[in-house]
Amino acid sequence: MGIAVEGAFKRFGDFQALDDVSINVPDGSLTALLGPSGSGKSTLLRAIAGLETLDSGRVLINDHDVSTRPAQKREVGFVFQHYAAFKHMTVFGNVGFGLSIRKWKKPAIADRVHELLRLVQLDGLADRYPSQLSGGQRQRMALARALAVEPQVLLLDEPFGALDAKVRKDLRTWLRNLHEEMHVTTIFVTHDQEEAMDVAGQLVVMNEGRVEQSGSADELYEHPANEFVMSFVGEVNRLGDHFVRPHDMEVVLDPDERTEEGMVQRIVALGFEIRVEFVLGDGTEIWAQLTRPELQRLELREGQIAYLRPIQTKSFNGGPPSSDHGASTPRGGDDGGDAEVSAAV
Amino acid sequence: MSGATASRWGLRTAALTYLTLLLIIPVATIFYKAFEHGFSAAWESITTHNAIHALELTLLMVAVAVPLNAVFGVACAILLVRHRWWGNRVIDAIINLPFAISPVVIGLSLFLLYGVGGWFAGLSEAGIKILFAVPGMVLASTFVSVPFVVRETVPVLQEIGVDQEQAASTLGASSWQTFWRITLPAIRWGVAYGIVLTTARVLGEFGAVSVVSGKISGQTETLPIFVAKQFDEYNFTGAYAGAVLLALLALSALLAMNLFKRKEVA
Repeated sequence: MGIAVEGAFKRFGDFQALDDVSINVPDGSLTALLGPSGSGKSTLLRAIAGLETLDSGRVLINDHDVSTRPAQKREVGFVFQHYAAFKHMTVFGNVGFGLSIRKWKKPAIADRVHELLRLVQLDGLADRYPSQLSGGQRQRMALARALAVEPQVLLLDEPFGALDAKVRKDLRTWLRNLHEEMHVTTIFVTHDQEEAMDVAGQLVVMNEGRVEQSGSADELYEHPANEFVMSFVGEVNRLGDHFVRPHDMEVVLDPDERTEEGMVQRIVALGFEIRVEFVLGDGTEIWAQLTRPELQRLELREGQIAYLRPIQTKSFNGGPPSSDHGASTPRGGDDGGDAEVSAAV
Repeated sequence: MSGATASRWGLRTAALTYLTLLLIIPVATIFYKAFEHGFSAAWESITTHNAIHALELTLLMVAVAVPLNAVFGVACAILLVRHRWWGNRVIDAIINLPFAISPVVIGLSLFLLYGVGGWFAGLSEAGIKILFAVPGMVLASTFVSVPFVVRETVPVLQEIGVDQEQAASTLGASSWQTFWRITLPAIRWGVAYGIVLTTARVLGEFGAVSVVSGKISGQTETLPIFVAKQFDEYNFTGAYAGAVLLALLALSALLAMNLFKRKEVA
């Protein structure tokens, strides 16, 4: 059950949009397709909906091979980034469109439309035209329109991409709650890792037409499969072949055999979080994420010399952790069991 | 008065002067001249047998050419905008031919094609009369008015994009349902404006139709040909009254569209 894509290839001219993509979306889950623009995430979503035909590969919805079915017969609900509102129809006409195509009787359509408008909190606006709605209202109308026909799966293509930050955050919460009520298998596309982690239970990270890694937000953050995933799902510093998250950088005032000397270049206060930028002896620029109390305790000033101790680093060369940055002292703890995680550098 | 205001008023004055000299004064003169000898004289001159026949024939041209070009124009615009294909450039160029070629040349080309020794001369030998008859005139009217609906519809189709059509298809609509319920309503004002322009063009067509019609009074004479003939025969009242009738027909088409549009917006 759920949605499965097997060995999908799609090429637009010289551009390989999908390069042997396979994904598995469990029934009833809320999954995010995450990646930079041009990574193929929208193409994959559109291929599932039947709005794009694959060069090769299969799409299965609830165990049925729908690869050769046109969009109109796939029973998917699709929500577009720019709403795709039917501009010449009222909100009522928009939401009821799929039902009138299915030849529902007028009273039944009215009942269902009003039920959905209550669900998306647009009751009372049934007679408005899309041009009289705000962006957030339009997108909720588009969602109601997609849900009206009780689709087997719900597909959202950067649904909040055209909205401002505040509305976007509200709609995120709202979508998560809605999914908890409806339990329809949902895939949504986004390039915003925070949004993906906030809304989705499962993430699929895509890059250059391929799936880099899939799993829960925690799995991707704690055990990224490669450099791309590590840097896409969070901030990262590079130290030679090693990568370290800024919050895994300990700043101390006394050196020992595991620390690196660095000069404080800039201190940026972002509320509770403080971003301290260092330049190392070899010119490498890295930054550490501290809390406000930590900064006050250290009394750091710009131009000062301090010492950095990476708590946990990762390397993706496949080989054993290198010792470019001094003596390696293996440590136990949360990185145990992951061969690619090295402790102090 | 600021510089910007001055230049705005300058532009307005220039535009109005240009339009007054080129359009308003000549048309107003026609209206004045038509009714110079009273309304009844004008009325009589356009209610003669030949005048009524010319009016009927002109309306017949509109009744055939406009629906043909409306259907063809919308279909062609969808082909050009929605279906990428190498042949589109060729079609796009051909559509503009009636704009590029003088109507007289179009008339002559039809003459060559259907006349004695032409490729389609067989038709008239088989008893189907094209030249000096209504079918040839309809053909000429349709030919000259091909581009309007296509040209007005293409930009509107490009502007609305494919999102709404794709949304309709994911909601279960067939391509036919999508066309009638989504695409056509979205492009209706482009199509309507194209139809008004087509109508005006067919109403006023003189060159191509006059070449293939043979200009037989009471038989193959449209209103513009009637007007020209009255003028040649020094029946000025008839010529001006006919001209006013033509102008009113075209204006009423434009007015009808504006009324519909206003009603819908309100």
